[in-house]
Amino acid sequence: MLSSGIMDEDAGSMNRVFKSGAGAVVTKSIGIKPREGYLNPTAIELEHGIINAMGLPNPGINNFSDEIKTLKTLKIPVVGSIFGSNSREFVQLAEKMQEYGADAIELNMSCPHAKGYGLEIGSDPKLVKEITSNVKKSVKIPVFVKISPNLTNIVEIAKAAESAKADAVVAINTVKAMKIDLETKTPVLSNKIGGYSGKAIKPIGVRCVYEISKNIKTPVIGVGGITTGEDAIEYFMAGASAVQIGSAVYYRGIDSFKKICREIEKWMQKHNYKDLSELIGVAQI
Amino acid sequence: MNYPDIVKIIETKEENKSTKTIKFEHKEKIAPGQFYMIWVPGVDEIPMSVSYINKKTKAITFRKIGEATNKLFKLEKNDKIGIRGPYGNGFKIKGKNILFVGGGTGIATLATVIEHATKQKILATAVLGYKTKDEIFFEKRIKKTGAQVYVTTDDGTQGYKGFATEKAEELIGKNKYDLILTCGPEKMMKKLLEISSKTPLQASLERYMKCGFGICGQCCIGEGLRVCHEGPVFDKKILKKIQDFGIYKKDASGKKIPI
Repeated sequence: MLSSGIMDEDAGSMNRVFKSGAGAVVTKSIGIKPREGYLNPTAIELEHGIINAMGLPNPGINNFSDEIKTLKTLKIPVVGSIFGSNSREFVQLAEKMQEYGADAIELNMSCPHAKGYGLEIGSDPKLVKEITSNVKKSVKIPVFVKISPNLTNIVEIAKAAESAKADAVVAINTVKAMKIDLETKTPVLSNKIGGYSGKAIKPIGVRCVYEISKNIKTPVIGVGGITTGEDAIEYFMAGASAVQIGSAVYYRGIDSFKKICREIEKWMQKHNYKDLSELIGVAQI
Repeated sequence: MNYPDIVKIIETKEENKSTKTIKFEHKEKIAPGQFYMIWVPGVDEIPMSVSYINKKTKAITFRKIGEATNKLFKLEKNDKIGIRGPYGNGFKIKGKNILFVGGGTGIATLATVIEHATKQKILATAVLGYKTKDEIFFEKRIKKTGAQVYVTTDDGTQGYKGFATEKAEELIGKNKYDLILTCGPEKMMKKLLEISSKTPLQASLERYMKCGFGICGQCCIGEGLRVCHEGPVFDKKILKKIQDFGIYKKDASGKKIPI
């Protein structure tokens, strides 16, 4: 599926991604009110990945109803990503997403560069449990919790999500990072600190998925640096039941989804696997 | 790579009291209609079309309208800016007789296209629309290419009084063009699309941009068309399918606002 933050601000874009082979799309993280995000530069490319600090720009939940409704008219499976500063906001957003027709909710508890949101909430196991549990009680659709690699207690956070009956844990969000420009002697991103994605973070994501799925029974959705079918298989072997793809849209185009699916099939045929489930967690010894 | 090059400004020129050209050292190739992301360190980074293309130098021409352009306006020779790009597709010049219709700063984009076309011995007619006489720029430059130039001003302080589209409609009625190329306010381009009848048309669109390299989704229109990547120039066939064209754009939050 398409990961949150990439070409997912409006129904038209998500429709194009779906037609390009994604099984489902995750929306940009949506909050209570419209939010412009940071000034540019908000995203730049580095040698081995992409660094961004968008600042959670979004049109606000009320302005997003048409986008979700359009996607549902087109029968596209859609996961509504939401961010709030407290349990009450998360519940309110989740209820609206469900009302608009979202098929599942992804709680963004891992954005590494927005004050009062994301990682600042997602690093506290008590808050993760409280919010997840309250959202679970208020909606019927599945609830995913997206967690950050920028933690020393990642397993504890995943366990908190599991104890609150999350339907899946999504790992990982971007890795907290910075780029300083030598000529201007300043950080390039207007927010100075951002999150790193793309090829460079794949080993970090694989490690996180491995550690998490070893310690919880809840399904894990792997994300971080997947650009080829073999990358996806590595995540499956680490314990992921599904994967999300983002930066590959830049590296290999929007049809990355089709390309990666085809590569997974080819790899399975070559290695005599008939069912993907046979691969999930095989590296866990 | 999508990372800003820090370049030195080698010349600046005030085209009129609110429009300025900044020329900088840059050897990378760029085609007419393509654009750069211009970084003003500490302020912002904004998309801007190329307005002069030489082998070793390039330039941008802009009006001061926001924080970044006001800061850019104050920069002088030897100051530095960051540039990323080139981005986008640019215009596809075809045919022997082309009508160019520019409005406001869109004329900065069209100037290089007209120069490029006339060098290929293409017959060029240019309608240049300005609000008023004081805002005129690049008129002489475009006349020098040999193009037939018609200036229009909304208030009639110079040239034809009225909109560029009115002059264009008159010309389209009298002549047969192989192609219409346009850049300017979206309402003008939308009107032009309506009056262009069967003549092929390409229009360069402007949207709030963030990443510039096709991932963030900010500039998407229609069915996921990235203005920074598949655009900014779209042809008639695509423009007709884009429901947002001339109707709304997205602000920095992604909220749809009327044009």
